Amino acid sequence: MIELTGVSKSFGDQLVLDEVDFDVRVGETVALLGSSGVGKSVLLKHINGLLQPDSGEVVVDGMNVRHLPRKELAELRSRIGYVFQNGALFDSENVYENIKLGITDETCAADENYCHDRVTQCLKLVNLAADTASKYPAELSGGMRKRVGIARAIAGQPRYLLYDEPTSGLDPVNADIIDSLVGKLQEELGVTSIMVTHDVRGAFKVADRLALLHEGRIIAMGTPNDFMTSKEEAVRQFLERDFDMTRSWFELESGDSGENGH
Amino acid sequence: MSSLTIDPRRYVGRFALSSASHVGRVSYLVLEMLRGLREWKIWAPRALGLANDIGYGSLFIVMLTAAFAGAVTSVQTGYQFTATIPVYFAAGVIVESIILELGPVLTALILAGRIGARYAAELGTMRVTEQIDALESLGRSSVSHLIIPRVVAGTLLVPVLVVFASVVGVGSGWFAAKSSLDISYADFVFGARYFFRPWDAWYAMIKSFFFGLAITLVPCYMGFTAKQGAEGVGKATTSAVVAASVLILFLDALLAKLLLE
Ligand SMILES: Nc1ncnc2c1ncn2[C@@H]1O[C@H](COP(=O)(O)OP(=O)(O)OP(=O)(O)O)[C@@H](O)[C@H]1O
Ligand SMILES: [Mg+2]
Repeated sequence: MIELTGVSKSFGDQLVLDEVDFDVRVGETVALLGSSGVGKSVLLKHINGLLQPDSGEVVVDGMNVRHLPRKELAELRSRIGYVFQNGALFDSENVYENIKLGITDETCAADENYCHDRVTQCLKLVNLAADTASKYPAELSGGMRKRVGIARAIAGQPRYLLYDEPTSGLDPVNADIIDSLVGKLQEELGVTSIMVTHDVRGAFKVADRLALLHEGRIIAMGTPNDFMTSKEEAVRQFLERDFDMTRSWFELESGDSGENGH
Repeated sequence: MSSLTIDPRRYVGRFALSSASHVGRVSYLVLEMLRGLREWKIWAPRALGLANDIGYGSLFIVMLTAAFAGAVTSVQTGYQFTATIPVYFAAGVIVESIILELGPVLTALILAGRIGARYAAELGTMRVTEQIDALESLGRSSVSHLIIPRVVAGTLLVPVLVVFASVVGVGSGWFAAKSSLDISYADFVFGARYFFRPWDAWYAMIKSFFFGLAITLVPCYMGFTAKQGAEGVGKATTSAVVAASVLILFLDALLAKLLLE
């Protein structure tokens, strides 16, 4: 359970989040939509305490992230996988070491065999060849880096996953693979996810609910169906561009609540 | 941007405030480090790797500097000495200036450029590319993973490098003294022994230890708090080298006052 109540955040005199209320239930996948620069990444960083709110509360798993002592915060963070928008891979370590650092459990991380198997498994999940493991981040393409970032985030088998645009910059095939990975983690392991995305089609496919961040507030939150039928001006505007495509897809799949199209 | 009037009081005030906030945040960082020392399984192997790296990498430039410094000290001492002062006095002056001052200070200043700039740039880049956030997001302590290994490696290595520097400096000093002062080996050794006290060596080591802290801690802090892209990293790097160098000179004066008087 992730719960934000009245979270405000400004940088200098720029108010980015204005008393945001936002909640994600256990086992749910929520897609967070919003135009560029609206504060989606900022919101996501509040959830694992990389940013602290100016006011308001962030509660994850019943723990108030804002007032958590260091040790508990570290413990909580190890249960929350975070996929950075630009990868944020450790560039002095190779892919293997990067993903291995994602294995947060101490005993597992000390077991070389386990680590090797887990890294290989994670690479496979994000559709990367096993020989990528020995490469350095600088030797990878943008999309490959993004997927290594995802592999690192899931390596520690977190219960929560925060994806910051996991599919942007990926070709349609790999974007679909990542979308279904999100669905698979949810179904098989009950992972709770928030996915920031510009890919409305992908969002409709994997998310149980969608949220739209606009001018510092969540102005709409609901199922894909709610969104399709929303009368809210900002929502309609946001969906406009992808509207026809999304609607035709939605009609094709209707009945299915849009969890996983494939 | 509000006004362009130059009011010195404002600058002094601002400087005092920003220094105070730096000191506050560095102290906080040190506290975090002391806490992180428990996680030796994480920092020890990294520190070892880094120490290896810095040690071999810096040895040549440190010895080269010391060799020149020793020779020049000898030549200049020879130039200043007149026949009325016993020649073994000169040997004492040369050896003492190298061990007490030139060895530690020159080595530290060179390393402030070499190690300090590197640390600040590394950590600054990691900060602005969100690698530090990424480490934190995995529930790992960036202090234990990144800062403690660097500070430990540097702080242990600087005294070792200073020993090398002093040995080379004294050696080259003796070599140069032979011709500039026309001093015999026996006289040189006698002079050096006559003025040398064991405490001098301790003093040099204590000094080097603090220099090591200054060279590593300040740049780590600067890099860790770097802001905004390549420019921020550049700024962090230059201010790290400047601040570390100034701190070395300040510590040099302070420790001389505290330990030698
Ligand atoms: N560390 C920071 N310091 C100052 N301003 C910041 C900082 N981080 C974000 N901002 C500002 O907050 C606003 C929201 O940024 P954010 O990165 O959350 O946007 P976003 O919604 O993720 O956009 P995009 O879809 O392009 O990634 C931006 O206007 C940005 O300038
Ligand atoms: Mg973003």
